[in-house]
Amino acid sequence: MLEQWADLARAALDDAGIDPREVDGICTSGLRESASFVPSTVAEYLGIPVNFAEFVDLGGATATGMVWRAAAAIELGAASVVLCVTPSMPAPPPPEDAVRAPASRYGASSDRWGSPQAEFDIPYGNVAQNAGYAMIAQRYAHQYGYDPRALAKIAVDQRTNAGAHPDAIFHGQPITIEDVLASPMIADPLHLLEIVMPASGGAAVVVASAEVARRGRNRPVWVSGFGEHLAFKTPTYAEDLLRTPIGPASRRAFEMAEAAPADVDMVSIYDCYTITVLMTLEDAGFCAPGEGARFVNEHDLTFRGDFPCNTHGGQLSFGQAGLAGGMSHVCDGARQIMRRAGEAQVRDCDTAFVSGNGGIMSEQVALVLRGD
Amino acid sequence: MPDRPLPQPTPTSQPFWDGLRQGRVLLQFSPSSGQWVFYPRNRAPGTLAGDLEWREVSGEGTVYTFTIARRPTAPAWAEDVPQLIAVVELDEGPRLTTELVDVAPEAIHIGMRVRPVFQDEGPVTMLRFAPA
Repeated sequence: MLEQWADLARAALDDAGIDPREVDGICTSGLRESASFVPSTVAEYLGIPVNFAEFVDLGGATATGMVWRAAAAIELGAASVVLCVTPSMPAPPPPEDAVRAPASRYGASSDRWGSPQAEFDIPYGNVAQNAGYAMIAQRYAHQYGYDPRALAKIAVDQRTNAGAHPDAIFHGQPITIEDVLASPMIADPLHLLEIVMPASGGAAVVVASAEVARRGRNRPVWVSGFGEHLAFKTPTYAEDLLRTPIGPASRRAFEMAEAAPADVDMVSIYDCYTITVLMTLEDAGFCAPGEGARFVNEHDLTFRGDFPCNTHGGQLSFGQAGLAGGMSHVCDGARQIMRRAGEAQVRDCDTAFVSGNGGIMSEQVALVLRGD
Repeated sequence: MPDRPLPQPTPTSQPFWDGLRQGRVLLQFSPSSGQWVFYPRNRAPGTLAGDLEWREVSGEGTVYTFTIARRPTAPAWAEDVPQLIAVVELDEGPRLTTELVDVAPEAIHIGMRVRPVFQDEGPVTMLRFAPA
């Protein structure tokens, strides 16, 4: 993964028009090669000394978490050019006899002795992600009712968007609401086509000071607001399963940006499952609690529509390359503001809302991105 | 049940598992804040009070949410589908992860009253729930 870190860093810097020798900060996610001392391992490999080094561990919110940490560090004067990189391509595979980190057998669930999940959740089969998200969706249905066609439409509109992004894993493979509802039920009420597609890949962004950004090659994208909130790991222990952390995170982000949901030209919402998009629309303030299905039915979520959402296809259709899946939403919002979204370009896109989501809606980050 | 992972108690949680072995549900209670606590901790969540004490409760509660996992959630449950995974809210307030037993999948609903079922598995006793 170190090789990929270096490749992604160079690609992002070239794209931005910034010399690698200007980098003075890094945000990194985990490495296969090193369980600890990750930032120094990266800095040494890159041959780039830094004044700001963050190891961010927020699951699917890692990427958005990196972006605001980098922006805050720059704002404080701790750094001026920060590389935020999420490599997620374990290639080449290690030799059979190499020392391997014991990967968890249970997805995002911690299975080490003494972990509450290992003792009170995993033994009952509540492991990985599908069951957790399914139980949130069931509770949502109990509270507000459930429109499976609206949930399916989220996946369908995003698949349309993937048709406009040549890098999307499901590019050129449109689907219908009937296709989604006819796909196998994995964990009630989640169908296969409402569940994210794992992929291989990686992503990187460069967060820089205003001075550096203004001389870069692209239209600057300002981190105008951010918010982060987390209170639990396993949703069983959430105070209220239907009030997701993106609520307080978004309120903080919009307040900081002196903006409101109505000011947003496009959204890129972390979409590990369709229910995540629905509940984020509600809790971030784009519609009222319980109104998500109606909102989805009344709006066209494609890049051509009145509420462009996940114009890269979302992870459901673009693919989820590990933690880079979260970064794909940052790139989606930034590309729109930079006017580089190609066929999927939203006209006059100056404000984007981007969300990150880790665990089972347990750790969430909101960003408000803006162009001049 | 191929290699289903079993709970491994810690010194903090041991009384809970000992209780289940005897067919009793023990929960922690913090007198200073009046809150019931699950899972077992050494200090009360929120206040970090050190006054947690074990109290026996009925173990009855309601289904807060559930799913029917039609594909195994991990290879260890490959022979156990559909898995009836649920979150039960005990009458005292705390919620816990569990599995429902002695119930048809289509009969499960949120708000359903349930009672504890104690199932010995090797060295531990699992706490599952059935319709009350």
